[in-house]
Amino acid sequence: MPVDSALSLESVSFLLVWTAIAIYALAFIAYVVDLSRRSAVAVDRSAQRELVSVGAGAASVGGAAGPASAVEELRAEGRAAEENLNAAPGRRTRLLWARIGTSLTWLAFLFHLGGVITRGIVAGHVPWSNMYEFALTGTVLIVAVYLGVLFRYDLRFLGSLITGMVVLMLGGASLPFTFYVEVVPLADPLKSVWLVIHVFVASLATALFAIAFGLSVLQLMQARREQRAIAAVGTGATMRSGPGFLRTLPGAEALESLAYRFAIMGFVFWTFTLIAGSIWANDAWGRYWGFDTKEVWTFVIWVLYAGYIHARATRGWRGARSAWLSIVGFAAVIFNFTIVNMFFKGLHAYSGLS
Amino acid sequence: MSPSRSDDVTVDPLRPADHADAAADSMDAGGSSPDDTVNSPALGVVGWARWGWRQLTSMRTALLLLLLLAIAAIPGSLVPQRSADPNGVTRYFTDNPDLAPILDGLQLFDVYTSAWFSAIYILLFISLIGCVIPRTQHHWKALRARPPRTPARLERLSTYRETLIEGADADPAAYAADAVALAEQQLRRGGYRTERYDTDRRGAPSFSVSAERGYLKETGNLIFHGALVGVLIAVGVGGGFTYTGQTVIIQGDTFTNALVDYSSFNPGRFVDENSLVPYAITLDEFSVSYVAPDESGAGQAGDFVARLTTQRAGEDPTAGEVRVNHPLDVAGDRIFLMGNGYAPTITVRAPDGEVVYSASVPFLPQDRNLTSLGVVKVPDGLPEQLGLVGFFYPTVAELETGALTSGWPALVYPELTLNVFEGDLGIDGGIPRSVYALDTTDMTQLTGGTTGVDSIRLLPGETAEIPGGRGTVTFEDDSAVTPTGEPVKRFVSLSIHRDAAATWVLVFASIAVAGLLAALFVPRRRMWVKATVQGPNVRIEYAGLARGEDPTLDATVERFAGDHGASLAGRGASKPT
Ligand code: HEM
Repeated sequence: MPVDSALSLESVSFLLVWTAIAIYALAFIAYVVDLSRRSAVAVDRSAQRELVSVGAGAASVGGAAGPASAVEELRAEGRAAEENLNAAPGRRTRLLWARIGTSLTWLAFLFHLGGVITRGIVAGHVPWSNMYEFALTGTVLIVAVYLGVLFRYDLRFLGSLITGMVVLMLGGASLPFTFYVEVVPLADPLKSVWLVIHVFVASLATALFAIAFGLSVLQLMQARREQRAIAAVGTGATMRSGPGFLRTLPGAEALESLAYRFAIMGFVFWTFTLIAGSIWANDAWGRYWGFDTKEVWTFVIWVLYAGYIHARATRGWRGARSAWLSIVGFAAVIFNFTIVNMFFKGLHAYSGLS
Repeated sequence: MSPSRSDDVTVDPLRPADHADAAADSMDAGGSSPDDTVNSPALGVVGWARWGWRQLTSMRTALLLLLLLAIAAIPGSLVPQRSADPNGVTRYFTDNPDLAPILDGLQLFDVYTSAWFSAIYILLFISLIGCVIPRTQHHWKALRARPPRTPARLERLSTYRETLIEGADADPAAYAADAVALAEQQLRRGGYRTERYDTDRRGAPSFSVSAERGYLKETGNLIFHGALVGVLIAVGVGGGFTYTGQTVIIQGDTFTNALVDYSSFNPGRFVDENSLVPYAITLDEFSVSYVAPDESGAGQAGDFVARLTTQRAGEDPTAGEVRVNHPLDVAGDRIFLMGNGYAPTITVRAPDGEVVYSASVPFLPQDRNLTSLGVVKVPDGLPEQLGLVGFFYPTVAELETGALTSGWPALVYPELTLNVFEGDLGIDGGIPRSVYALDTTDMTQLTGGTTGVDSIRLLPGETAEIPGGRGTVTFEDDSAVTPTGEPVKRFVSLSIHRDAAATWVLVFASIAVAGLLAALFVPRRRMWVKATVQGPNVRIEYAGLARGEDPTLDATVERFAGDHGASLAGRGASKPT
């Protein structure tokens, strides 16, 4: 292949990636606007319910709706939100800004995917031979999981988390003065099918953990709001707690069990990551386990999530405490993400066998 | 666990008392068994032992130990470990002379074999075994027990559907019995274990089928935890039969699998170092390719291949290859390619022309372009011992400072430079010395450095005088003996491993994954279908109960009720009344 055309395809890939980053940033903004407008949606809906209940001759009289009915209100909101969460894509609440956010995410994803594929064509191998390519492929998988999950659950309220995370990771890795590097041949140790599987499942697990993380954070916020509402019963205090969009989200318990579902899927993929990594290490270095930095952190994350799963089954740990474990687990994943990449750099020195 | 609910106990998995789902059960148990009560005054030795054991095998302890394990593993990633990075530890001691001994006292350089780390995982596994054994016994019984009696009031369950069949049949009792029989059939086909519970109270006959599925969930959980024990044992026992050793082979040379031929050797506890499997390995050729200078990634090395001839005792030699990621199997040992470099052949002659030293010397690469460092020690044959320290440049280039470097990793313009030292090599004192380092404390430098005499510079085939008429040194041209006709031989460093346990670890890990999948994703649930005769009508009730996380329960009951109703209707049509 003439050098010139290879170079131009490489810069096409780079341009595609930067276009994707810009669109992700727009999607992020749309999703944030969506969250900020959701409280208005919630107010509309509760007004509608109020009308219905007044029409049905309910005992609530105008503005005197007491805190006890605030708890009722809370429950009703939670139920409505849960229904919406499980609704088929066509039958979800019409949230203009969330739809804009999702459409932009799809658009960005296509550019992003184009960037990955062109990069792979130029390189002639799976594009994860260095930190830049690793971030490129890892984030495309994260977005793919998010978009895929949207077909099943209406998790658009996590859109700002996912797009924000992708902008940071991809943008951070694509700056010419950080990790961006031109295509180079794959170093010998990276030529292993186990490594391909290893990186692939690790990225999928990361995406699932990210979603579980977002849900756990929301669970904690929602739980606080619910507690305040219950505490307010009888005191006559009006309840105002937490950002308004929480009113359009399922209750803390529903969020918790959803977070758990994603976390266990993530845990299974992480277990595969661990095993695939060991098989590769056994072929590359002759030992399946050696407690080097990256191995230690993969192990720590695995144990943390095993702890999270246990916590969900331990009396006194369900709820807020287990949610914190999910958050700590994801913090460790992010830490490892950077460590892994540094490790890849270390591998280059190894690959030169010099 | 809960005698008051014996009905349930026969089918529910046994869980530690503080399991979230066991809340009601353990409260019952607390009252019924005196040993349970923490503050019981009459707690004897046995009582305390039991109490301690129950604490150790509780969910809370398991959780705390898991979290401790995660935290305890972290320091090993922050401080260099003797097992993974011994040089890092040495450097740490030099850099932090005050801190290092303290950390060493806390076993922070050997975290994963330290007393505290071991204590945590040993306790965790004792807890695990203590937890799994009673659960396994219980599950074994549960596997052969009957599904529980149909609750009297199904409508209280969270997932509930009912239909009323009005005047469905001339004989409503027969219709009801038939409907339940059909339901049982369908449930069985759906993988449920079923049991019929029919009653006839006050002339209102009621037929019901109680069904349970998802025993595999608990089976999977037990297999998962059991397989973790398997992994631990395989790692622990296997480690004793494992050895790893390093060796360097220069092209054309032969290594035999015996202790003397290893440069380092780490045997497990049960390895007999004196009876290693006998075989020999000869390095025929090492090849590597470099990305051309005008392409991106210029100079990056790749496609490393060491071509070897291996020979086992009493067999014909066979040819083999070692590549990165593709070790070579020889007699159950696995041979890995760890490094490579150049081994220039150097000959030293005494002033009278007698050869006092001649060997190919592995020079250790120092950078990407394989600027390499090597040492020659000439202990005998000269009036005083001689040491040579030299650099080898595969493609020599001069920096602006005048210092030499290598500009390219392949042999384009190879050159060897040597500095000569005379004096005591320090190898007679019995202290082992690295062949790659020269201890110059008792030696005088003759060339290079501050001596005012230029270092010796040699191209392949050239010979130079050692200053002061001490003899000559030759950089031999090996073109005739290398397979590619290159003037300098190459060497490879190989790592030779025997790990009998790796396969077992993988087997147990795979079993663990299979168990995990079942434990996490097989839904465990109960279903009941009850048909009650109410005058001329038949009321059919469907109810489901989740055991643990089961997001699809509601939809399942809904679907089942639909299917069952449809096939009932279908039957009714085909059956003349
Ligand atoms: C090496 C340490 C351990 C690890 C890595 C581990 C991991 C796990 C995992 C991944 C699960 C989820 C699978 C499932 O729900 O069936 C689980 C569940 C469970 N583990 Fe462990 N475990 C460990 C030790 C223990 C110990 C010591 C106990 C006993 C106290 C225990 C009791 C349980 C129980 C009862 C469940 C079922 C939880 C539920 O009902 O959801 N585990 N464990």
